[in-house]
Amino acid sequence: MTDLYQSQRTMRRMRRAAIERGVVAVLDVGTSKIACLILRFDGPEGAPAAAAATGVGPMAGQSRFRVIGAATTRSRGVRFGEIDAMPETERAIRTAVQAAQKLARARVDHVIACFAGAAPRSYGIAGEIEIADGIVSGQDVARVLAASDLPDLGEGREVLHAQPVNFALDHRSGLADPRSQVGHRLACDMHLLTVEGTAIRNLLHCIERCDLELAGLASSAYVAGLASLVEDEQELGAACIDIGGGATGIAVFYKKHMIHADSVRMGGDHVTADIAKGLHVPAANAERIKTVFGGLIATGMDDREMIDLGGESGDWEKDRRRVSRTELIGIMRPRVEEILEDVRARLDAADFASLPSQSIVLTGGASVMPGLDGLAARILGGQVRLGRPLRVLGLPQATSGPGCAAAVGLCLFAAHPQDEWWDFEVPADRYPARSLRRAMRWFRDNW
Amino acid sequence: MQPLGPPPPPPPPPPAPRRDPAPSRAAYRLTRLWLTPLFRALVRVGLPGFALAFAAGLWLSDPARNAALAERLVTMVEEFRQRPEFLVRGMTIAGASAPLRTALPAVLDLDFPASSLALDLDGLRARIEAIDVVRSAELRIGAGGILEIAVTERVPAVVWRHAARLDLLDDSGHRVAGILDRAARPDLPLVAGEGAEEAVPEALALLAAAGPFGSRVRGLVRMGARRWDLVLDRGQRILLPETGARTALERALALDAAEDLFGRDIVALDLRLDRRPTLRLAPAAMAELVRVRSQPLPGDRR
Repeated sequence: MTDLYQSQRTMRRMRRAAIERGVVAVLDVGTSKIACLILRFDGPEGAPAAAAATGVGPMAGQSRFRVIGAATTRSRGVRFGEIDAMPETERAIRTAVQAAQKLARARVDHVIACFAGAAPRSYGIAGEIEIADGIVSGQDVARVLAASDLPDLGEGREVLHAQPVNFALDHRSGLADPRSQVGHRLACDMHLLTVEGTAIRNLLHCIERCDLELAGLASSAYVAGLASLVEDEQELGAACIDIGGGATGIAVFYKKHMIHADSVRMGGDHVTADIAKGLHVPAANAERIKTVFGGLIATGMDDREMIDLGGESGDWEKDRRRVSRTELIGIMRPRVEEILEDVRARLDAADFASLPSQSIVLTGGASVMPGLDGLAARILGGQVRLGRPLRVLGLPQATSGPGCAAAVGLCLFAAHPQDEWWDFEVPADRYPARSLRRAMRWFRDNW
Repeated sequence: MQPLGPPPPPPPPPPAPRRDPAPSRAAYRLTRLWLTPLFRALVRVGLPGFALAFAAGLWLSDPARNAALAERLVTMVEEFRQRPEFLVRGMTIAGASAPLRTALPAVLDLDFPASSLALDLDGLRARIEAIDVVRSAELRIGAGGILEIAVTERVPAVVWRHAARLDLLDDSGHRVAGILDRAARPDLPLVAGEGAEEAVPEALALLAAAGPFGSRVRGLVRMGARRWDLVLDRGQRILLPETGARTALERALALDAAEDLFGRDIVALDLRLDRRPTLRLAPAAMAELVRVRSQPLPGDRR
């Protein structure tokens, strides 16, 4: 844990250094595509000039950066949002980074990455301490975070996010920032998200092989939620369902904090595989048929719409088969229903129904299937909408669809990361026993 | 068996395996290196600059080539200087008297035609102004390559006799020329004595104030390089103070006008102390005074 704590601190330092330098890349390693965006940070004094040039206002501080290079490439060697064949993934990352660098005409050294899979698991943990002198200091916040009782994470699990979501002082709960307030007992609730450590190490290795340095890691579901949930949805309670190629991420937001995250190891690629198996066509044809003719709600019209399957098998009869669109929908719909049922089960397990507002936002590349919102409303509940990511400055049209929600969210995460456990001070008793900083702390506390 | 038609075309070669779109590691690194600003500047500016400097150095390292280049450079500069646009063919002198006009070419020592780029006009002007008789000079190169010299001469104001020499001084005390005989310039007043040249403006003011004496004024004598004596004919002197000499002189004039002082037989009027003007009588007058004083006045009963 301390090891990861240190590495997360290192990544935060690197992120700050990258923003000082002005250029940082974000990398969304997905199952079906890898997106790389290059951001240029102009600093606080550059923002008004950029606003004057483009006519876009400050947008609550989101316009401090500008996307100067964007590239997406077909992902290779990634299954279920986890790296499966490392050299292939490394080449795909290299392709995306090189294309984005050429577009940006700038070299990037720091990258902030996100991935969807690796079996995320959420924990809500709580800690409580007595305040010695009655006024909460930064050191007390660090102590209460350190006092949280850590559950058994399991073998080989690493902490990806550890965000304090709530502070309580005596009988007052829901404090955003308890510092300098008066009280006796400080309690805090923290949301801990763990993933498989091997997935992180594989990604780290790929990125190092591309001569890049990792300046941050995030869960894909979390950053997709940042990009596609509007502010009041984040405040009142909402779930962002990021239906990607190989994994479907679920992130539940409440009071502007992520309180739960989960993942279903199914996505659009499984729909494609079903079509390929069901219609006996190659995967490339199945993907084309899905994106061009796919749908989820059959009507009488669809019986008459015949689709050429095509193919290169050499058998004329096989390559000239035609199916009706109803048959295609009959293949796609059970799989999508299965994914949504699974999501429903995960949300129920997370007690999503107890939130005051239960709006559900569908995003991700597979969310553009026609009829998905109707189907999802029947399975997940009434308040379902399709979400598109926030507009950020300089983002090309091609990468502003719902498929790039995670990449756009990662831009916001790079610009304004939420405070995590490692952003707070280190509690004094965690310093090495003979450290100079510990001595200085002792002097400052006692005089 | 005979084929029924022309033989079928050979089957097309199997399509080459699709190229990997990913750049190789070396290509990726090269692209990143090329996108590094410092490296980019080095290659685009530094490398050509270095190559150019190296080539120039190599070319110049041969001494014969170097000398030839230097010679060509000198020739080019010389040719440029000798272009007809820059040639000065003669000079005109304005405002100079005849002796100065004849003396100036020797002073300037110029060979015509000369290049105007080689002429040091400031230096020439300093040389002309070093001549005593010249107050100021203006030099310019006019149209047609003529050096135009405009000279303003000093006007002599007094004749200064000192150390058995006679010099002409202008109104600021600067020497203009020497003369051999006082009779050469009878129109100018005479001053004498050491340090007289430093007080010429005062002398001129005193001489102007002494106008009522008319032709009786012989000149001024500087005494001890600090004050003036006005010398009249018959050896009469007015000893003027160091300061307020003009006031004292006007006093003497008033005395002369009222009493015909200098018509009498006196040698000097000493005005150096303004509270006690003193007369010095000639010996004959002194004896007469003594004689008169010794006679009883009429009606004096003794």
